This record gives sequence, C-alpha cells and structure tokens, in this order.
Amino acid sequence: MSTMSTESTEKPQQAKPKLAVYKFASCDGCQLQLLDACGKLMQLADRVEIAHFLEASSRVEPGPYDLGLVEGSISTTEDIERIHAIRKECRFLVTIGACATSGGIQALRNWGQIDDFLSAVYASPETISSLEKSTPIADHVPVDFELRGCPIDPGQLLELITSVVLGRRPKLPSQSVCVECKSRGTVCVAVARGVPCLGPVTQAGCGAICPAHDRECFGCYGPAEAVNLVSLTSFYEQQGAPRDQLTRLVRGINGYAQAFREESNRLEATADGGAKGRP
Amino acid sequence: MTETRRFTVKPLSRVEGEGALRVRVQGDAIEIAEFNIYEPPRFFERLLVGREVHEVPDITARICGICPVAYQMSSCQALEKALGIEVTPEIRLLRRLLYCGEWIQSHALHVHLLHAPDFLGFESGLAMAATHPQLVENGLRLKALGNRLLEVVGGRAVHPINVTVGGFYKAPAASAIRGLLPELAWGLDTCLSLLETVARFEVPQLDVPYESVALQHEREYPMNEGQILSSGSEHTAPLRIEVEEFSRHFAERQVPHSTALHSLRLPNETAYLTGPIARMNLCRDQLPARAAAAAEACGLEWPIRNPYRSIVARVVEMVAACEIASGIVREAAGEISPCRVAYQPRAGSGCHATEAPRGLLYHRYRLDDQGLVAEATIIPPTSQNQAQVEEDLRGLLPSVLAFDDAEATRRCEMLIRSYDPCISCATHFLTLSVERCTPDRA
Repeated sequence: MSTMSTESTEKPQQAKPKLAVYKFASCDGCQLQLLDACGKLMQLADRVEIAHFLEASSRVEPGPYDLGLVEGSISTTEDIERIHAIRKECRFLVTIGACATSGGIQALRNWGQIDDFLSAVYASPETISSLEKSTPIADHVPVDFELRGCPIDPGQLLELITSVVLGRRPKLPSQSVCVECKSRGTVCVAVARGVPCLGPVTQAGCGAICPAHDRECFGCYGPAEAVNLVSLTSFYEQQGAPRDQLTRLVRGINGYAQAFREESNRLEATADGGAKGRP
Repeated sequence: MTETRRFTVKPLSRVEGEGALRVRVQGDAIEIAEFNIYEPPRFFERLLVGREVHEVPDITARICGICPVAYQMSSCQALEKALGIEVTPEIRLLRRLLYCGEWIQSHALHVHLLHAPDFLGFESGLAMAATHPQLVENGLRLKALGNRLLEVVGGRAVHPINVTVGGFYKAPAASAIRGLLPELAWGLDTCLSLLETVARFEVPQLDVPYESVALQHEREYPMNEGQILSSGSEHTAPLRIEVEEFSRHFAERQVPHSTALHSLRLPNETAYLTGPIARMNLCRDQLPARAAAAAEACGLEWPIRNPYRSIVARVVEMVAACEIASGIVREAAGEISPCRVAYQPRAGSGCHATEAPRGLLYHRYRLDDQGLVAEATIIPPTSQNQAQVEEDLRGLLPSVLAFDDAEATRRCEMLIRSYDPCISCATHFLTLSVERCTPDRA
C-alpha cells in the first residue's frame, strides 16, 4: 500500500475530480454501499464528478479518471487485461472490499483444483473460462490504497472520496477490532465464553458488530498490521478449540490475505493427516 | 444488396452486476436472442463443501450484496430441515421482519435509482434528482428505512451478521424494534403515493402469456415459506407442490452462451417467470389489506402479462412490506427469548425455498456424519428468469427493429432491466451486440 498523494488542490477553479467505479468477480455489495451513500454523494456532486459508474448510470464519460474504485477479484484472463487498462486510465486506484483486496470468499477455491470446482457446478466445464485462482487486484497492478471490509463501510468510503477531493490522506483506523470492542464496552466473547474470535487480529472498521451480537468476529476487514496469529490460535487450542475448526475460521472471507493464508496453511500442515494443497 | 449491420454497445447499465445481450436478425426474422451471462464463476456450491453449518449463512450472503437476506433465509431453513429442528413462532416473525427490510431496500433501489429513469427519460437516478428531487429523496429515504430494519434485526444492512441456523445470535432490543414504527408509517404512506406515480408511467406494449411460479402461503404474502405454485401455461399444467418436489418439476441446464445455468420447467424444458409479477399473479389474495386495496385501485389487469409493469408490482410489494413490518412491530411484546434454537451436528439433508426480491430462491444441502456440508445446490431467481428474458426479447425485437440501433438497444436494455436481474448472483459482463443480416446473406 503506497501513500495517497497530497498534491495541491488549492486552485479555486480546478476541474472536479472524476470518479470511476469498476466491477470484477464480486457480489456488488460494496458498490451498493456507494449507492447507499448517494444522498451524501449528491452533496459532494459539486466537488466530484461521477464519470463511470455503470450500476448507477448509463452515461459514461471517457477517461482518464482521477479516482478509480475497484470492486471484485481477478478470476479470468479477460480480467487481467482489463485491470491493466484500468490502471492506465486512473490516477489513484483504490480497491474496495475483501474481493478486490484479498481475493474474496471465492478465493477459497485457491485451495482446491479448478477442474474439480468446475465440474462440481457445470455439466460442460470446458465452455467456462476461469483462472486457477481468484486473486486480489494488487497481485496484478500497483494499488494506491485499500478500503477493507466485506462489505466496506459507507462512512469510510465517503472519507476516502473526501480525502481525494481535498488532496489529503484518508483518516481510517488501523487498530484491531478488539479496540472497537473495548470502546463499545462489549464483554469479550473469547475470554468470557471461550468462543474463538478473530477480533484481536482483524482490522477495525466495522464497529465490532459481531461480538456486540454475542458472536465471534470472522474477519470481514482482513488482517490488521503486525498481528500474531500463531499466538492467538494457540490460545484457542489451549481452550479446547479443534484445529480444523480454527483452520476454517481463519480461512474465511479474507482467507487468502497473506497473514490469514499463512496461518491456515500452518494449522492444516501441522494437523492430523498432514499438509494438503498450499496455494 | 448484401449488408450486415453489427454493433456493440457498452455494458448494460443500472443493473446489479454486468452481462451481455446478443441479437442476430435475418431480414425480419430474429435468429438469435441471447441474454449472455459472463460470470467469472465463483463456485459457491463447491466452496460450501466441508464448511460447518453455522458458517453457511455467512458465506451464502456473499453471493449477493443486494439480497443477502434471501440467501441467508433459504440456507438457514434448508439446514434446519437437515438438522431436524424447528424455530419458534417468535423467531419466525423476526425473520419475516428482516425479510421485509430486504424487500423494501432492494425494491426502493431498483424502482428509484435503476428503473424509474427509464420511464422519465434519464440516464441515472442522480441525473433525475435535478428535476424530480422529491422522488429521488423519497427513494433514498425508503432505501434507508429498509437498511434500518436490516440493521436492527440483522446487525448490518449489507451482509447481516446476526442471522444463524436456528434463529438469531442476539435478540434485538424491544425498544429498537418499536422505534421502527414512525418511519414505517411514513414509508407506507410514501409507497402508496409512489404507487400512483408509477402506475401512470407509460409502458411499451408487450403481452406475454407467462407461466408464473412463486411460493404461496395460505395466510401470508409469501416470503419465508410456502408451497410452490405455478399458473401453468400453454406448455404445462398448473402445479402445486411441496418444495421437496422442486427438482422433479424444474431442472437446470447449462447453455453455451452463459455461465449462469438456466432453470427450466419440466417436462418440456420451457421458460417460466418468477419475481414480483409472478407473486402478484398468484398471491394477490394474500396481500395485506392496504396493499390489496392499492393493487386493485392502481389499474393493473390480472394476470399481469407486461414485464414493464413490474415496477408497479414492486411498489405494491413495498406497500405490503411496510404494512407487514408495521404489524409485526406492533405485535412485538418484548425481547424474544430464546432467540435461537440449539442443534447438534448430524448427517441429514434438506431443501428450502424463499422469495428473494427478484423471485424464488431454492437451496438444498446434504450434511455428512460430522455435520459438515457434503453437497450444496443453489438455484437463484436470475437463473430461473434468464430463459424468460430471452423469450420476452424475441417477442419485443420485431417491434424495435424499425428504430435505429441506439434506440433499439435502449428498449432491449429497458426490458432486461424490468426483471431487476441480479447478475452478481449469476454473472459478470453485459454487452449488447446486434447483427442485422439481409436475407440473401446467410
């Protein structure tokens, strides 16, 4: 992740920044957060031009664009060509959501054989074009910023767009979900009830909603910086959690994010029965 | 003279997801009308294999960001059948309240931001805001109302986190549920006047003898449960079956031009319609009082046979959802307890169907001896409607060929959009290409 530019936007009559939104393999939920923010977007409309957003508008202004938001993961050869073209037409490229940032839930297939997956769903798998793996955007082109979440948070999205309009760094949390839990005053589900929870290693942003609903965090916002997963899963093992359950917990929505991927591989490799396929 | 006209238009806009339409015209004859779905497949049915029961609704929600509750509700209830458990009447009502939230937000989005611009001549809802500020403002507020229901009951608007097999992780506070009432009352009134607006929209002529397929429940407008009902058609007899019999009467077929499987009606493998029009055609007797009266007063002819009138059906369903939700909220006595029925992992299988905003959503699961998912089958509404979209296009094309390519394309897009195809459930990339060939140029 490189830093956002802080180029001057002080010229008063400067043209409005042009926003483009792109979709790859995804559920549309992150684009929906943008649509949901439409009321606030309209207030921003004199500050930013929505130039390319197919889910919202039939009108497409030609590039280049100042800010490109990318939803979805790369999973076909056409996707690879398209993301390179998109990178060329966007000054800032920002991934929105787990699919674009870590490969998404569909990256669970990266632990299997693609032919097996194809034939499980399609009677004539030879007519379906699909890459071996579902991969994040940053595996293919440089990405300027990642907006985490499954889905992303509308407030964070507006903060990101505002920061680009104003030419400053977005102010977004980098601590773990644990910190949000403590500030809400939620009783810890891991300590009080022995429920394996990814809160200590997951980046904040959701508002710690899962522990507040008496359940475990399952990692929608992906790994926080500099976290110790081995220590956490060892603690849960000592509490009696089966290793295969912990493997599944870590290998979820953001299972292909590096820190989570390495930990689920480690858990699996050292479990009874030994290592399986490692992507 | 031999002439071939061919053009490609940008991906279809104002749909959830992306896809393509391919048309080939030979003289006056429509040779090909294909609604292409270029889904980079996400293999959900296979991803679920080996997962624990409680993980399933968190995973299937991710099939669609617009209708995650539908996926969660079909999953949970199919798995509850596999586990042999039954939820309490209070949990059942809370699920219906949650589903109302999804219908309101999904329909509000489609009606205001995606579909109405077609009738009023705008490229987007945002562009429409300049001359129709109240319409757009109401649309966004209705969307927010649906989201609020989802947040109160489900914990989050997109991909709710409070839903689980057996019920809910945590009972919503009674005060939070009661707090929904004023905005639901506003929503009901607003949807009633919105209905008058959309009922006056001038729609293109198209008359399709649909086979309507929907759930039907004896007392309620269908959301979470019911028998599967079909109106029948010239190809098939009417049908009333239990969900367990679905695969005897409907089958998925892979077609070369789409990564979404087509679901077809057996025995003749014919197209059928699911979604708001089908539900209204089959279940209007179960509409709550004000929605039923509004549906009768707004000038719809029964059965609805014009796909463009789906916008009217959607608004009637928004009235119904506000009315149903208000009823549940008023009756809610206090915090429900327990909010979750316990289960033991075990082998078993079960299927269930619910009514997603776009139509019937069928799930079937088999659990292994450890209680992990061994097999999953998911048949989303867009797969079921895909063949019908193509039939409608074949019906529409002769009347639009006189127009230039841009206008012909716009009208085809408008038809597809009237289905509110949730292409993410099934697809990726939609471009329209029309090949016009003269008869001597085969």
